[in-house]
Parts: sequence; structure tokens; C-alpha cells
Amino acid sequence: MAETAEMTDTRRATGAPASDDRPAATGRGDAGAAPGDGAWDLAAIRAQFPILSREVNGHPLAYLDNAASSQQPLRVLNRVERYLRREHANVHRGVHQLSAEATEAYEGARRSVAEHAGTTNPAEIVFTRGTTEAVNLVASSWGDAFIGAGDEIVLTKMEHHSNLVPWQLLAGRTGCVLRFVDVTPGGTLDLDDFDRLLGKRTRLVACTHVSNSLGTVNPVREIVDRAHAAGALTLIDGAQAAPHMLTDVAKTGCDFYAFSSHKMCGPTGVGALWARRELLEEMPPYQGGGEMISDVKLEESSWAQVPHKFEAGTPNISGVVGFGEAVRFLADLGPEAIASHEDALKRAALERLDEIEGLRLYGPREERTAVFSFTYGDIHPHDLSTILDQRGVAIRAGHHCNQPLMDHYGLSATARASFYFYNSPQEIDALCDGLALAAEVFGGLA
Amino acid sequence: MIEPRSGTPGTIDREIPSSLNQLYQEVILDHYRKPRNRGQLDGATHAITMNNPLCGDVIELMLRVEEGRIAEARFLGRGCSISLASASMLTGRVRGKLLDQALELAVKFTHLLHGDEALLSDDDLGDLRTLAGVSKFPVRIKCALLAWNCLEELGDVTDEDRGSA
Repeated sequence: MAETAEMTDTRRATGAPASDDRPAATGRGDAGAAPGDGAWDLAAIRAQFPILSREVNGHPLAYLDNAASSQQPLRVLNRVERYLRREHANVHRGVHQLSAEATEAYEGARRSVAEHAGTTNPAEIVFTRGTTEAVNLVASSWGDAFIGAGDEIVLTKMEHHSNLVPWQLLAGRTGCVLRFVDVTPGGTLDLDDFDRLLGKRTRLVACTHVSNSLGTVNPVREIVDRAHAAGALTLIDGAQAAPHMLTDVAKTGCDFYAFSSHKMCGPTGVGALWARRELLEEMPPYQGGGEMISDVKLEESSWAQVPHKFEAGTPNISGVVGFGEAVRFLADLGPEAIASHEDALKRAALERLDEIEGLRLYGPREERTAVFSFTYGDIHPHDLSTILDQRGVAIRAGHHCNQPLMDHYGLSATARASFYFYNSPQEIDALCDGLALAAEVFGGLA
Repeated sequence: MIEPRSGTPGTIDREIPSSLNQLYQEVILDHYRKPRNRGQLDGATHAITMNNPLCGDVIELMLRVEEGRIAEARFLGRGCSISLASASMLTGRVRGKLLDQALELAVKFTHLLHGDEALLSDDDLGDLRTLAGVSKFPVRIKCALLAWNCLEELGDVTDEDRGSA
């Protein structure tokens, strides 16, 4: 099934990065980064992720915690290492050769990330520490400048804490009012409720693209259109979407889009905010410091052009360089091939999980990603996670930074298995076998 | 025991690793499924709720202390088998003890969870010794200690009471 999926996106079929962009000495599997022959060769893809071949507790690792953080392929590891070994200097400052190379690596990554986000204007990409900082940037910069007492911000009850708490802080500073779109029992947004919440005072709708615990893919275009019709701007939290689908910000029509490197094969500590240029132009700086200035006097300063206005201080250069390589890696694999393999995994996993008596799966059946939150009989998710770990199966247990959503379902925690394109059907077996073991350990389910 | 996973889907290795057998002993599962002293404590003199923000476990520990002695202990809460079994055992074990004795027990129990095997022969710990298997699972120690952290907090509060008296 999945292994034979056609790679229909040929934009980069031959398109491994220019040869000077590749490490000279490649590790095993590195050469096969782009399955340019059109076939989805899972073994070759897995071979590019060294960590996937390790054992945990005497069993092959089955890494099913990708919604928390994904693993990095050799191409990214090697690119970061080459940057650190050969190209490092501070960016945008020096006249010397290394500074020029570091700046080119950094800005090259910006072009790659811009392409991934579907914008032709790299200046619309602001590098941040991750999705969380991207949302905080908007809440602080745009929020403090344009939001006042009595203004309303519409969020949803399925937001990750990172797209909730920054707005609570803004409400504390400005006296604005937060409203929350309800979630249906099936795990989708209640769009009728959304319509009821939209009003003359709505200034912003901030909503996740894909739920990190339910896997729900929200109808972003629909949400954006309705928000715009009400005169509000829109921010989309793309942390769980950008790794899995071609993120075309123009198609979503949104005004701000935030995503993280480490959930899409890149390093931790780096992410991006995309925003329409006009918005970035009219927003005040987020933090002050070096890099973001144009002219500094003792009493006042003027700001650098966007996006540098929002990148105070020396950035996480090696992280950004790795991020750029990660999105090029994903582009070489082909977003449609990735989506197709993940869809096959999702269907296979759903089928297997459905067969397990006592297992309750949360979230919708359709319009979802391969993120599965579940409970299993009376076995607590922590206990499931400990038992599965003894079989090398890594899943997450807890509230997934989604406490209001857990409260909504009357739960304190779920177990969550989240897949990525490098996962195999055998890892679905390992998950199901581990669950059978858990039932055994607990002497059956109650 | 290292055993490569069978390539044949559906082949299930159900042999329970000994570490799991030690962690999930019958006594523990029994306390998880039939917790003792769970419910509101009328006439409680001390009560505190603590949670583990990383995993969502919540325990409320209630004590009725009479003349420095724990006359009754009950708990409410939700959590995994380890945190609930530990809370259930705590309520049974501290009843009748002077508060100071209960706090000493908390210290011993903490050492047990950190692998002090000498304590396996300490009868004062009673059934709590069945939780010694947690020491092999460091990330779960905080589960086993949640109710005991409540007890220690209440001990601190009581100290303050004494100080101000």
C-alpha cells in the first residue's frame, strides 16, 4: 500500500539541493534523500534517520510521539554540523568571508521556509524560537498596539496552551475579552457556535490548523473567510499542520501563520511566523536589541526593515540553517507522497485500533491526521505509556498541553500515539501488541 | 531479555517483563481498583490538594489530627495506578500515628523509591514496600510521591500552627 504510493510532486524530483549544499562525506542512506524514482521506499527513508534504528528496552524503537517532536534525518544533522564546522560567524554584521557565508546560509533558510509556507516573499518569514514564540510575538507586538479594552478575540476550546495563554496575558494587559468556539462530541469545531461568537468587536480569530491531541484538521479557509467577513484578522497555529501538508498561506487566506522546526524534521529552538508584509510593517518591534535596529541614538532608535525588525539579537543561526535543510528535505520527499503514506498509515492504524475491545478513540473519523488520542479500559495513560515503553513503543500520556479540551471530555489524561511519514505498519503492530501486554499486566480491563 | 520483534504481524509476545511484574504487583492493582479511604473526610482538621502539572494527576489529602495524632486519613483524586495506590496505602498506614511519625514514614518511603533496598525489611513500611519496583522507573517516582508530598506539606502547615500557638 503505502510503499507504492506515487510521488506526484515532481517539482524537486531531481532537486536535491545544489551539490555544494550537501555534505562531502555522506552517511549511509544520505545519498538517497530524494526518492526521485517516484517510489516511496520506506526502508531507504528510515535509513536516513539514525535514531530510528536504535533499540529501547531490548526492542526496536517504535517512535510514535511525533506530535511532540519529530526526529532529524542525516541531511539535517550533517548540514548543521557542516555549518558549525565551516561556516559559523555572526550574521548580517561582518564583511569577512565567514560572516557572508553564515548570512547566506541563514537567509537561504529563510527562502526555503518561505517556499514551504507558500509565500514568494521571504521578508514575510520571521524566525522565532518556535510556534509558541511566534504566537507570543503577535500577542505582544500586534496585540499591544491594536487591541484595547472590550475588544474581542475568538479562540477555540481545542487550542494548545501556546495559542491560549499568550492571549490570556494580553487580556490581562489590555482588558480585551476572550471567547471560545465549542468543540462537538465528535471532536470538530462547532461552526454555528463560531458564527454566534463573531461580532462587531471581534478583532482576531486565533485557531489551530490541526489539533495536537485529536488530530482534527480544521476547515481553515472557512474559518478565515467568516472571520474576515466579520472584519477580524486571523492567526493560524500550524505547528501540527506544517509537518504533514503543503502549507499554502495564500490558500488559507489567513493573516498570521505560526509553525515549529522540530516537529518537521528540523532542530528544536527554532520556528517561524509568517505574516502579510503590510501587517509586519505596521507592527512595532517585539523585542529590542541588536540586529533589529536601523539607527540608534541614546534616547530613541529607528527600526530595521522587516523581518529583521522582529529578530533582535543574534539568532539561533545553526537551528535556522537546520530548519531550512529540513523543509528542503520534506520538499524533496514531496508533500503529496508524505500525505499519501501518512494517510495509509492512518487508515491502517484506525482499522487496528477499532478492533481493540475497551479502547476508546477521541477525535473525528475523517478530516484528521494520524494522531490518535485514546483511553484503554481503566488502565491509566501513564501506565499504558510505561508498559509500551518496555516494548520500545514511545507514546505520550497526559493532557498534551490541552487541559481545557481534556476538561471538555471529562478526562484528566489520554494516551496519544502520533505517526509521521517514517513510521511503518510494523510499528502499528508494536503498538497493538503493547496494548495487549498492558491488558495482561493489569489482569484484564475493568 | 533481548528478543527481536517477530516480522509476522499478529504474533504477540505476551510474556510480561519482570520489571513490569515488579512494578504492577497485585496488591498495587488492588489498591488502584479498590482504593481504601477514598472520599470526603468529615471533620478534617487538615486538607490540601496537590497536582502534578505535567501529567494531570490530582490528590486531595485530608487528615483529622487529634492531639498530634492522625485519627483518620482519607483522600480524593485522580491519577495513575501508582499515584492512587500510593495514596490509598498512605491513608491506611498513617492512621493512628503521631504526625511526626507519619513524616518519618514519608522520608523512609522516599528513600525506598530511590532504591534503598535495606528498607525492604522495614515492617513500618508494610504494604508500601510493594511500591519499591517504582525505583526502576525514575519518571514514575513523582507519581508515587504525590500523596506523600501532600502529607509533608500538611506537616509544614502544622509546624506553622505550632509556631504561632
